[in-house]
Amino acid sequence: MPVITYREAIKSAMAEEMERDDRVVVMGEDIGLYGGTHLVTDGLLDRFGPKRVMDTPIAEGGFTGAAIGMAMAGMRPIVEMMTWNFSFQAADQIIQNAAKIRYFSGGQASVPLVIRGPNGGGVQLSAQHTHSLEGFYGHFPGLKVVAPATPYDAHGMMIEAIRDPDPVLILEAGALYGTKGDVPEEEYTVPFGKSRIAREGTDITLIGYGRQVNLLLKTAEKLASNEGVDAEVIDLRSIRPFDTETIVDSVKKTNRAVVIEEQWRWFSVASEVAAHLQEHAFDYLDAPVERVSGAEVPAPYARNLEIAAFPGEDDIIDAVNRVLYRRS
Amino acid sequence: MATTRNSKKQRSAAATNGDKPHVPQVSPEQLLELYRKMVLVRYFEEACQTAFRQGKVGGYLHVYIGQEAIATGLLATIQPDDRVITAYRDHAHVLLLGSDPKAVMAELYGKGTGLVKGKGGSMHLFDVEHKFWGGYGIVGGHIPLGVGMAYAQRYLPDNTGITQLYLGDGAIHNGAFHEGANLAGLWGREGLNPCLFVLENNQYGMGTSIERATANTDLISKFDSYAIPRESVDGMDIEAVYEAAVRLTERVRETGSPFALEAMTYRIAPHGAADFLEKYRSKDEVREARKRDPIGLTETKLLDRDIVSEDEITKIRQEYQQLAADAVKFAEESPEPPLEELLTDVYAEPEAVG
Ligand SMILES: Cc1ncc(C[n+]2csc(CCOP(=O)(O)OP(=O)(O)O)c2C)c(N)n1
Ligand SMILES: [Mg+2]
Repeated sequence: MPVITYREAIKSAMAEEMERDDRVVVMGEDIGLYGGTHLVTDGLLDRFGPKRVMDTPIAEGGFTGAAIGMAMAGMRPIVEMMTWNFSFQAADQIIQNAAKIRYFSGGQASVPLVIRGPNGGGVQLSAQHTHSLEGFYGHFPGLKVVAPATPYDAHGMMIEAIRDPDPVLILEAGALYGTKGDVPEEEYTVPFGKSRIAREGTDITLIGYGRQVNLLLKTAEKLASNEGVDAEVIDLRSIRPFDTETIVDSVKKTNRAVVIEEQWRWFSVASEVAAHLQEHAFDYLDAPVERVSGAEVPAPYARNLEIAAFPGEDDIIDAVNRVLYRRS
Repeated sequence: MATTRNSKKQRSAAATNGDKPHVPQVSPEQLLELYRKMVLVRYFEEACQTAFRQGKVGGYLHVYIGQEAIATGLLATIQPDDRVITAYRDHAHVLLLGSDPKAVMAELYGKGTGLVKGKGGSMHLFDVEHKFWGGYGIVGGHIPLGVGMAYAQRYLPDNTGITQLYLGDGAIHNGAFHEGANLAGLWGREGLNPCLFVLENNQYGMGTSIERATANTDLISKFDSYAIPRESVDGMDIEAVYEAAVRLTERVRETGSPFALEAMTYRIAPHGAADFLEKYRSKDEVREARKRDPIGLTETKLLDRDIVSEDEITKIRQEYQQLAADAVKFAEESPEPPLEELLTDVYAEPEAVG
């Protein structure tokens, strides 16, 4: 099986679908001539031409709205947000139009649109350029929100998203673009609403998504060798639709859970996971579910403050120990 | 600092080659002072770019190299009640308004002695004492803010200030610009919007040239839709910028109505200090633009008019090179912000949520 980067995995999925289906077009800032600021679309302009690979002005509201119109009219647009931080300028279009048109048209119209791009922090981009928006967009009925953690998932979810009849937001982790993994050459998709057990274990369930999955896997190995704790790691993959079954089944086995996220805790994905567990696995829980989240502040610039603002290995280990009633 | 300066022979040739004859409204002393400020900015920018490449400065870093004449000329007119607001290419503005270069450099280094305590970094410089109201990272996002500040300047009693609102050529396609400019035009009719829009037209928004971003490439004409009068100036010529700045700031101050000045310039540096791939423009184009480096042009004028000697130029350069080096040293030796700073400044009341 070929080993390729997360970046390549997304690009090849878009290119394959563009070959198969000429309704598919890509648009965004500096995605053509420049190749994309994260080089995810590099080479697509040469391959498919400017009618299908469109460079746009810095007008997120305008071009996202136009993409919604294209989708309603029978095209299959993919919008690149240079980073999701800029999607707030398009949030009105995404939330007020894309998410609701099927509903308020009584099912007459649909918006088969994909919006993708990087989000997340960790490289000192400070307040306006550091967000994890899975919880924010996951809040709105009518949107599908996914966060692939591996090249395999990034490729399969991208194809699934393009074929989906409803708007799908792919919140890629900027930090993962260079990471490598197996991606089969054969055509495949990764269905939404199904989480993945990234590591099997018996003592505690660690739940996360996106780049936190790698952190959880690393921490799980450390817990195994240093603390004798055998942790199960679950990669949520899909924020909306949400897979309650996989986390509930895991907690029935381990009786304990810690949820990690980079975003703010209030009204977040971790809060949602904790709510699902107490609704559906209350009798199996031996301890309250712990949430490990970002500090409740806009992202700071200074390196030491940024490190303190985001959850790290120590924060996870502390939470695990609390949930296992090992230390306070 | 690599600037292009022509030999005396080439200079006199150029002068007879149809170059626009300069109207020397700027006194020799003023020209020298403006030159010094541009050199200050240039050496500061070169120093922080180096620090970025050494990994000592994080995040994004956007320098002003090649554009110095614009903010230098305009901010030389600043008055006590004035306000200044721009996007993320903001180091020059804050330095020219009088912020301590040491504190600015320390901010870029993310130190506790930084201009905003290490919380904002390059894109979010802020210095209210020196009339600088930020420092914003979202293209277009700051434009309505500037319009609102200008309204306040005529709404509040006894205020004769104006707002200098800077924006890039890429920002003019953003909805926030059009909504903000329309309001400025509307409120300006009643004398309630002393806003001087300064369009820093450096030909590119990241990798996108003007003609690839709009069908109406006469960017400043977009202000016509909002009944905001406008003009364009050679943004590489400090005298031209300064002359326009004096005239237009006076006009805006007196009328309370907005005006739009387009300064034609060129972004000699890459968009951000981390950008090396420049597939969207040719090396020749950049080389060509360097010939009109505003600092080189000014040196030529200073020498031609016998305002300074080559030796004095060298001395001035050394002075500001040293100033930038001192700022770097200060930044390097400064402590990180204390961890308690993480939770402060979220709300006026210190109690944090969560
Ligand atoms: C809303 C938004 N979209 C995209 C970006 C990414 N971005 C940062 S700077 C920039 C180009 C802006 O160009 P211009 O306004 O001409 O300013 P310049 O960088 O040339 O000074 C882009 C696209 C952003 N910061 N905000
Ligand atoms: Mg520009």
